[in-house]
Amino acid sequence: MRNLFFLSLFILVLGLAHWAYQENYKTQKARERAESVQRQISLARDRLRILNAEWAYLNRPERLKALISMTHKNPGLYPLIAESYGEIKDVPFHKGKIFMAQNANIDNGGEFP
Amino acid sequence: MIRTPLRPLARILHARSKGENPDVIERNNIRIRHEEMRGKSRARAEGRILALSLMLLASFIAVGGRMAFLAFNDPVETSVGFTGSGIISQRADIVDRNGYLLATNLDTYSLYFQQRDMIDPETAAKRLAEIIPAIDEKEQFAEFTGEKKFGWIKKKLSPEQKQLIHEIGEPGLKLGPREFRVYPNGRLAGHVLGGTTFDKEGVTAAEVVGVAGVEKKFDGRLRDPVHGHEALELSIDLAVQTVLEQMLRSGMKVFDAKTALAILMDVKTGEVVALSSLPDFDPNDRKTQPQENADASPLFNRAIQGVYELGSTFKPITMVQALDLGLINPSTKVDISKPIKFGKHEINDYRYNGKSLTATEIMVKSSNIGTARISQMIGQKRHRDFLKALGFLDPLEIEVAEANQSRPLFPARWSELSTMTISFGHGISVTPMHLASAYATIANGGFLVKPTLLKQNREIRGERVLGAKACEEVLVMMRKSVSESFFKMADVNGYAVAGKTGTADKPKKNARGYYKDKVIATFASVFPADSPQYVLVVTLDEAEDNSTPEPKRTAGWTAAPLAAEIIGRLAPLLGLRPDFKTS
Repeated sequence: MRNLFFLSLFILVLGLAHWAYQENYKTQKARERAESVQRQISLARDRLRILNAEWAYLNRPERLKALISMTHKNPGLYPLIAESYGEIKDVPFHKGKIFMAQNANIDNGGEFP
Repeated sequence: MIRTPLRPLARILHARSKGENPDVIERNNIRIRHEEMRGKSRARAEGRILALSLMLLASFIAVGGRMAFLAFNDPVETSVGFTGSGIISQRADIVDRNGYLLATNLDTYSLYFQQRDMIDPETAAKRLAEIIPAIDEKEQFAEFTGEKKFGWIKKKLSPEQKQLIHEIGEPGLKLGPREFRVYPNGRLAGHVLGGTTFDKEGVTAAEVVGVAGVEKKFDGRLRDPVHGHEALELSIDLAVQTVLEQMLRSGMKVFDAKTALAILMDVKTGEVVALSSLPDFDPNDRKTQPQENADASPLFNRAIQGVYELGSTFKPITMVQALDLGLINPSTKVDISKPIKFGKHEINDYRYNGKSLTATEIMVKSSNIGTARISQMIGQKRHRDFLKALGFLDPLEIEVAEANQSRPLFPARWSELSTMTISFGHGISVTPMHLASAYATIANGGFLVKPTLLKQNREIRGERVLGAKACEEVLVMMRKSVSESFFKMADVNGYAVAGKTGTADKPKKNARGYYKDKVIATFASVFPADSPQYVLVVTLDEAEDNSTPEPKRTAGWTAAPLAAEIIGRLAPLLGLRPDFKTS
């Protein structure tokens, strides 16, 4: 009986030692992975930073202004002025059949009765 | 220790003589002795148990406390290894109020040499001079072969230069990684941002530190690793700043001005939405050149460092105080028939304005005599105290490193004459930023406004320095001074502007007196006049309108029309809806 008890204790110690050994290696592996992920994150951050800087540089007002002055006729970009503000009633209502709100009187320029 | 004998002879003899059993005495004594011994050992054992349980309790508390600490704390990944050298390399970005990038960091390489690894210094020097134009071949060769074992060659390399240097194949030329500060928008808001330089330089990194502007003021915050990923948000609006700079630049050219500045401020929060001082500089390439006079340097921020006599733009400030004290109302008549003589000084008007004017007319016609008369009603002490309350007598508290140089100049002894001249802006020199915040205080209904360059997410209400009624009345006067002036130079289609021009003769350098033909023209304005949102201050130095044979120098001909142009262009951009009926 006593011997059996010692034997089981011995087996338990062996088992625990094996488990601890494996845990140790798992931890090391996880550490390595964390390190590599962190390195990837910092590399991605670096790339992001460069892209952000490039984006800001390409969109700097000076350059955008030059681009607009080259092509302003095409997209129709003009400086915002006081006259750019309008009333909703100034927006021409579509008179065709494409848009028809319920109860809207088309002959009346789209005004609701 | 004396042991009590178990069989004390006296008692035994006494017992024997009585015929009792003397053994009883011995047994009794043994019992007493045993009881004593038991008591002692019990006390000792109890003491041990107590000590042991205290130790157990302590260890349980330690373990339990640690567990609780771990349980209530956010899990943090154990940092692996140690990153970075002694020099902190990261620096937080700076963005505008809408999140557009104003300053960030990029990686680059620095070039240095180590003499002991040098193989062919002659070729190295020759090739380097080809790659980097600033390098002189002979000087470089002398340095390679001289006393120095180590030396920096260039602090920042472009990727192309780096590749070409690699191709030289000289082991003595070494590249060290480092970060540098980039301002992608170039000159834009250069005075606000300031600039950076390398402080501690190592071969693996270099420390970037701010040298001026916001970069210097917030150096600690920008370098703090805790805030490393949080960008610093400024109150500047990139689009508005762009337009303001562009228009100010062309205005400076049209009026042939030496320097120019403009400040646009939100009246509710004191946020500086745009600030321009010309000539300006590119913070990417900040050069500190010794200048004969500091105010000619492009690095000089005129809006914050420059103190000027701002002339008649001070009149609304005198007027609002008199209105607030109840000394006058807008239609009070003031005698202006004669110039005021004070010792050898004489206060006079630009042109004769009749015998008397109402307070409103004094503002519209910009009468010095009238304003001086009103300031006499206010009195020296109240006048000085009011200017002190508005911050005119103290340096600015704005968030750039140069703010401590914004010390106003005013007479140490505040005489009656000082009060009279200061009432129309002569005899006191302040920065245009001081003026902008005073106008913002008036436009904000009398709550003190402090200028700031940081984005404010809520309205800040300063202490009340003026009554709301007086502020409203003076805004009406300022509106009239624009709409009823002879040429209506500052009128803007769609937006009602309230403002006041100021033309001050320039003081001579290192001499007493003023130039006759050089002026500082200022236009300080509030718009829209009926519900004020923004303050715009435009100042031109030595501006002239040369469209007529006789050059016109007053602010009404230079700064005012320029400010009107700027407002007409900026107001829609700031999201202000035009009102064509009231303007």
